[in-house]
Amino acid sequence: MADLEELYREIILDHYRSPRNRGELESPPAHRVEGFNPLCGDEVVVSMVVQDGKLADLKIGGSGCSISQSSASLMSAAVKGKPVDEVRRLISTFKGMMSIHEAALGPDENGATGGAEVVEGEAEEIDLDKLGELAALQGVVKFPVRIKCATLSWNALAQGLDEVAAEVS
Amino acid sequence: MTADPGTPAPLNVEALRKDFPLLARSVHGRPIVYLDAAASSLQPKAVIDAMSRYYETTHANVHRGVYATAEEATALYERARLVCGRFVGAPDAAHEVVFTKNTTESLNLVAQSWGRSNLQPGDAVLLTEMEHHANIVPWMILSEELGGLDLRYIPVDGSGRLVLDDLESLVDGVKVVGVSCMSNVLGTIPPVRVIADAAHAAGAVVVADGAQLVPHSPVDVSELGVDFIAFSAHKMMGPTGIGVLWGRAELLEAMPPFLGGGGMILDVKLDSFRPAPPPARFEAGTPPIAEAVGLTAAIAYLNDVGMDRIRAHELALTAYALDRLDEKLGSDVRVFGPPAGDDRGGVLSLAYRDVHAHDLAQVLDQFGVCVRPGHHCAKPLMRRLGVQATARASLSLFSDEHDIEVLIEGLLEAGRLFG
Repeated sequence: MADLEELYREIILDHYRSPRNRGELESPPAHRVEGFNPLCGDEVVVSMVVQDGKLADLKIGGSGCSISQSSASLMSAAVKGKPVDEVRRLISTFKGMMSIHEAALGPDENGATGGAEVVEGEAEEIDLDKLGELAALQGVVKFPVRIKCATLSWNALAQGLDEVAAEVS
Repeated sequence: MTADPGTPAPLNVEALRKDFPLLARSVHGRPIVYLDAAASSLQPKAVIDAMSRYYETTHANVHRGVYATAEEATALYERARLVCGRFVGAPDAAHEVVFTKNTTESLNLVAQSWGRSNLQPGDAVLLTEMEHHANIVPWMILSEELGGLDLRYIPVDGSGRLVLDDLESLVDGVKVVGVSCMSNVLGTIPPVRVIADAAHAAGAVVVADGAQLVPHSPVDVSELGVDFIAFSAHKMMGPTGIGVLWGRAELLEAMPPFLGGGGMILDVKLDSFRPAPPPARFEAGTPPIAEAVGLTAAIAYLNDVGMDRIRAHELALTAYALDRLDEKLGSDVRVFGPPAGDDRGGVLSLAYRDVHAHDLAQVLDQFGVCVRPGHHCAKPLMRRLGVQATARASLSLFSDEHDIEVLIEGLLEAGRLFG
């Protein structure tokens, strides 16, 4: 069961049991994005407020498996209050950790790759230090079917940032 | 169980398991425990061999060549039609059995061909809340194309059975009734005959989804009283890529083609075509020939074992599983659907504590146990049950008590992990 322990690390189970930044922000003014995993029915609702170039607030709603929910919780803790360009870099780094396998699984139901770079072929060097607690999710790549669970909220966040940027411009 | 003349002889599961090459493999260092028959069955070696032999000795396109192998291939393909028809009691198999890609395509064929030529905007279509998406979405697509059908649903009660108290008023004014013969989520086997009789009295046509029942129970279309029934080879120990639509001859006769192309025409001019009679009318293009050969072998295998014995075995094992789950896991586990009985097949949709189905299935995989997590292509039903997903274990003729014990072992480990 070593692989299982690797997948379901204590930090993941902790975020699953006690999710951070849980709930929904009033929309508007918040921007709201829904993500679905049509294979298993997982859903995540990311509501966010972007102010002065920062991701001023965000909350996570929806329901799903331990991987989708803990990834969303870990993400919320990592990005809340951060400058948008830093958030985008983190999305890119996180998806880099997941991307080799995700690329092989094909685009999600909207044909979107979530706005982040999908790494083709050789994976770029991922700096796990930058990911902090998020690195706990790297055990997921051994379970390719679950990668979509882990990236669900990240794709929704990336989509939301794109949509907010488009509204502003 | 004491044997009486009405009780089919029990299966020798240990011997039957040897017929399935895939059961010899292990997963994560453990013997595979295959509990996903409702998604797709495994194939006995006889089926795999029949298809290999066909490719090695006979393959040619059908209905075209006059050379020996082409004649033989055509004969094998047409023989599959008769075998298939006989398997479900079709009165006129040669004209009433249409080969498709799968159950889904069979149901789409009915909606697009029969539905398009027989339904008007505003007409009522009665389905059930436990239908697979394959018997819902084709009617929704048709509704959009026709400018609005009135889609109605027979509700499901807390025990997972259809609520039929009000059947007469439910079918009143309805043009078509779509009903699953066995739920792929709950295992519920509804009284299709009762529904069909009421539907016919109201002048409706009955379209049955037989994907789950046909592989696991004796089925006779005349006894069921339906007008169409759809099923798939790959759920009945045959290959993927071939499905069946049986329809009453006079209905098929009056239906326009579904797909256009070679094989479905009598004549083509620059500005028009004349369609062939059924079943060729509905089989455009090169059909799944090797798959038809595989299906013939699968039906021979099932008949050899005996459909009544298969049904009895799976029902007894369902009862065993429900008892053992209750005994070992008590109120931690919730199994949807009716108790083991005449109206219940070997499908066990589980919720275990608050562990998500996806996580359950992941842990079970480490025990070699193959179950399916998710909404099982029945989202309206899942909403009705108030769950997002379940982990579904589904039984085959080769399933045994040991499989159930390993399932329980895996569930206990999931409980430990997710504490």
